[in-house]
Amino acid sequence: MTQARKGLIVPVNSEVIKLFRAKAEQVAAKIQRVANVDAALAFAVDVCRHKEACTLLPAGCQADLSEAAEALCETKSAKTITAPDLCDNDRELLHALCQDTGIQTVYKDLRRHLGGIDVAITRAQFGIAETGTLVIDSTDEDIRLATMISEIHMVLLPADQIRESAGDLVMELSAMMQSNGNFTAMITGASRTADIERVLALGVHGPLELYILLIEGENGRTK
Amino acid sequence: MAERNKMKDYHQEVGVALGNAFLRTAMDNFAVAYRTARQNAFAGLDPAGLIEDVAHRKDAAISNIDLLLARFKAVAEKKGIFVHLADTAQHANEIIATIAEMSQSRKIIKAKSMTAEETLLNHYLESKGYQVTETDLGEWIIQLRGEGPSHMVMPAIHLSRFQVADLFADVTGKPQNENIEKLVKVARRELRQKFIEADMGITGANFALADTATIGLTTNEGNARLVTTLPRVHVALVGLEKLLPSLEDALAINRVLPRNATGQNITSYVTWISGPPPWHGEPGRRKEFHIVFLDNGRRDIAKDPTFNQVLRCVRCGACANVCPVYRMVGGHQMGHIYIGAIGLILTYFFHGRNEARNLVQNCINCGACKEVCAAGIDLPELIKKVHALILNEEGHPLKSTLLSKVLRNRKLFHRLLRSAQLAQKPITDDRGYLRHLPHIFAKEHNFRQIPAIAARPFRDRWPALRPQIPRPRFRIALFSGCVQDFVYPEHLEAAVSLFAGQQVAVEFPMEQSCCGLPVQMMGEHEAAAQVAAQNVLALDADRFDYIVTLCASCASHLKKSYPALLARRPSLAPKAGRLAGKVVPFSSFCHDVLQLQAGIFAPGGPRVTYHAPCHLCRGLEVREAPHSLFRTAGLDFVPAPEEETCCGFGGTYSSKFPTISGEILKKKLDDVESVDAQCLVTECPGCILQLRGGAVRRGMKLRVQHLSEVLMERLKGN
Repeated sequence: MTQARKGLIVPVNSEVIKLFRAKAEQVAAKIQRVANVDAALAFAVDVCRHKEACTLLPAGCQADLSEAAEALCETKSAKTITAPDLCDNDRELLHALCQDTGIQTVYKDLRRHLGGIDVAITRAQFGIAETGTLVIDSTDEDIRLATMISEIHMVLLPADQIRESAGDLVMELSAMMQSNGNFTAMITGASRTADIERVLALGVHGPLELYILLIEGENGRTK
Repeated sequence: MAERNKMKDYHQEVGVALGNAFLRTAMDNFAVAYRTARQNAFAGLDPAGLIEDVAHRKDAAISNIDLLLARFKAVAEKKGIFVHLADTAQHANEIIATIAEMSQSRKIIKAKSMTAEETLLNHYLESKGYQVTETDLGEWIIQLRGEGPSHMVMPAIHLSRFQVADLFADVTGKPQNENIEKLVKVARRELRQKFIEADMGITGANFALADTATIGLTTNEGNARLVTTLPRVHVALVGLEKLLPSLEDALAINRVLPRNATGQNITSYVTWISGPPPWHGEPGRRKEFHIVFLDNGRRDIAKDPTFNQVLRCVRCGACANVCPVYRMVGGHQMGHIYIGAIGLILTYFFHGRNEARNLVQNCINCGACKEVCAAGIDLPELIKKVHALILNEEGHPLKSTLLSKVLRNRKLFHRLLRSAQLAQKPITDDRGYLRHLPHIFAKEHNFRQIPAIAARPFRDRWPALRPQIPRPRFRIALFSGCVQDFVYPEHLEAAVSLFAGQQVAVEFPMEQSCCGLPVQMMGEHEAAAQVAAQNVLALDADRFDYIVTLCASCASHLKKSYPALLARRPSLAPKAGRLAGKVVPFSSFCHDVLQLQAGIFAPGGPRVTYHAPCHLCRGLEVREAPHSLFRTAGLDFVPAPEEETCCGFGGTYSSKFPTISGEILKKKLDDVESVDAQCLVTECPGCILQLRGGAVRRGMKLRVQHLSEVLMERLKGN
């Protein structure tokens, strides 16, 4: 049993962070180091700005679809960023960053945006180094949907919350599962399938790309 | 589902599968890629230890199913989850249809669930007028085709991109390009619409955690997340064997499951749902969450001391991935609904003996599945036991009754072999092969040359061969098995001569007979036990240091099966145990016991490659000894890429399924050809019969030899 499981606070070993990065990159997750939440938001907006207009190219915009599926696509009017669990200050900042970019921000009622969200920003509670996995409490429906329907999913992960293996999180995860209606997601890389001729294809139902925004140092301390 | 009741029809379906070029290539590529992927995924870990841990945790859960269910239910109901228990598949379907009716659901979306396949849930719901859409890409594809899955993890592995493009053209009403990337995006967008419209979502579960009433779902696509989130009703259909005490157990299993299934360290999504989550689809309405636990015979299996281990299965599909028969014929011929080795067993329990009768005979007993099973289930043994159960229920076919009778009586058996030798004389060519097969065989059996029975069996030659060793290093008994005694006595002669040079005193107990594996393979358990008893007495292990056998199958049968076969005979069980302890295959004896040295061999031997007999490499875990002996004997050894893949013999298997056996052999010889060796060496007369017969039929220059012959040839002075 590691010290973390005994409830002691221990500095995260840099080897563990290294392992986390390696394993996450193995499954095509993109890792971006950021100094703080402000920098993370600026990065997210930048990615969204440079994304193709209706990035649906990778998501299948030009595909020949049935009329019902086409109609869903047309419900989406502008580039959209969502960040359901940002605090008010951070929302203000995100709003300011999006000014004059043509990007709209959405914080709730994601059910109205099932046609597609360009970028979602959420927070991970933990990282698991052994598999490059993010643990996200997605009980809130908007957080849940953000992680599922966005084309690019960006996850803020404080480096000090990375553990070596899932086994090191048994106590924390079990506590989460005690609460009624808890929906906890372990996410590793983008949505993928190999169901046609075993050829790997990303973004079959969920995000096409996963960014991990790793916050290290003082600012990475979880609140 | 196709009718499987008649063996003739089954053979016909197998023939069609073997003729499907796309399927064959897809299966081959997969078999080869899987091996490497799994190895990489377990790199730096201890797979055997992890698997043992899984087996342990599952066993503990299985023996406590009722308790875990009660605990789960109590916690779940406090959380507002509706928990149901279905006794049968039909009952489960009815419960789910009732939930749909009560909640006024019309449109239903599904995530992949083998349990729902087991109950044929879609058919039932559709017959009640519900619109059901599968959302896992592979499942959606086969649903559109009206087929069942051909693999538990990759249900549409038997289909090509062209077939998928045609299907999608029908669905969208627009022509489709066969670009896979594009087809996946078409599915994404078509199905997104279905998610939005659905009233109810159905999933299975990989884990059901009793302490927090949590279900765990592992997926790569993320469809299960949408299925459980968007509709207002969620129903999870869960086999009782998925119950576990707590998260710790599930995490331990999940270290093995994805690595074993697809060579991934973890799937993209592992979702844990602990109660009805918030739902904002309609103001004022709450999410409705039902869990339907399915018994369908599971509680009875849990109480069966022999078969309870099948409930350990975590549905990773690895037993199909490594199965040489699956590789040839695909999942539709290698299972009814559950596929692969575990499918052969589960079919009997979940879908009845009518569906299982032919399937259980299509195991070649190579042991590849047992070696990779995520939960350490002894699959080949249980397949044989299911076969025996069916025979006991339905009566034994004439062929196996006759063979049982003959093998129980050594003198009769050997007299028959001798008269067969005389009878085949006129059709034996000058190389010792039969010019044509006796007319009772159909032409499918002609994929290899069959050797004639030797003019003089080893037992007749023995009195003249028996060496006199004044001060022996070891006293051994030779167990010949019937093939070497009657077809390849030269393997044994070479060994006797090699051993004499090493001061080993050899005895050949004359009362020994066939080891009994052929009747065991035919499900004739009682006959197998009687033959074992005769050999235990004949070999009288207490008189010897070792019992050496040149047949890997005999060695593994004597060592692994005899103690179990005779466990209930108090007078013989201890003796069988002592015999098992002394049985040693030829290569291990030469390498580990005699420790043959390079000095006795001439340098500069030919380029050889090796076929590892299934019963040696997996059955007895002897892998290094033959390699090392090649080097000691000065041979230029070059390993073949598929050294450990079965040759397709499988004893009586090759006569029961000659077309499959022939195709496995063809693959094997292709692989051997790729390393361009002069000689293929192996250590089992059955493999030699198959490989040599195939090489001769194919006109290859390759020599196929037993290790004993090769070592003998390389001795200085020979």
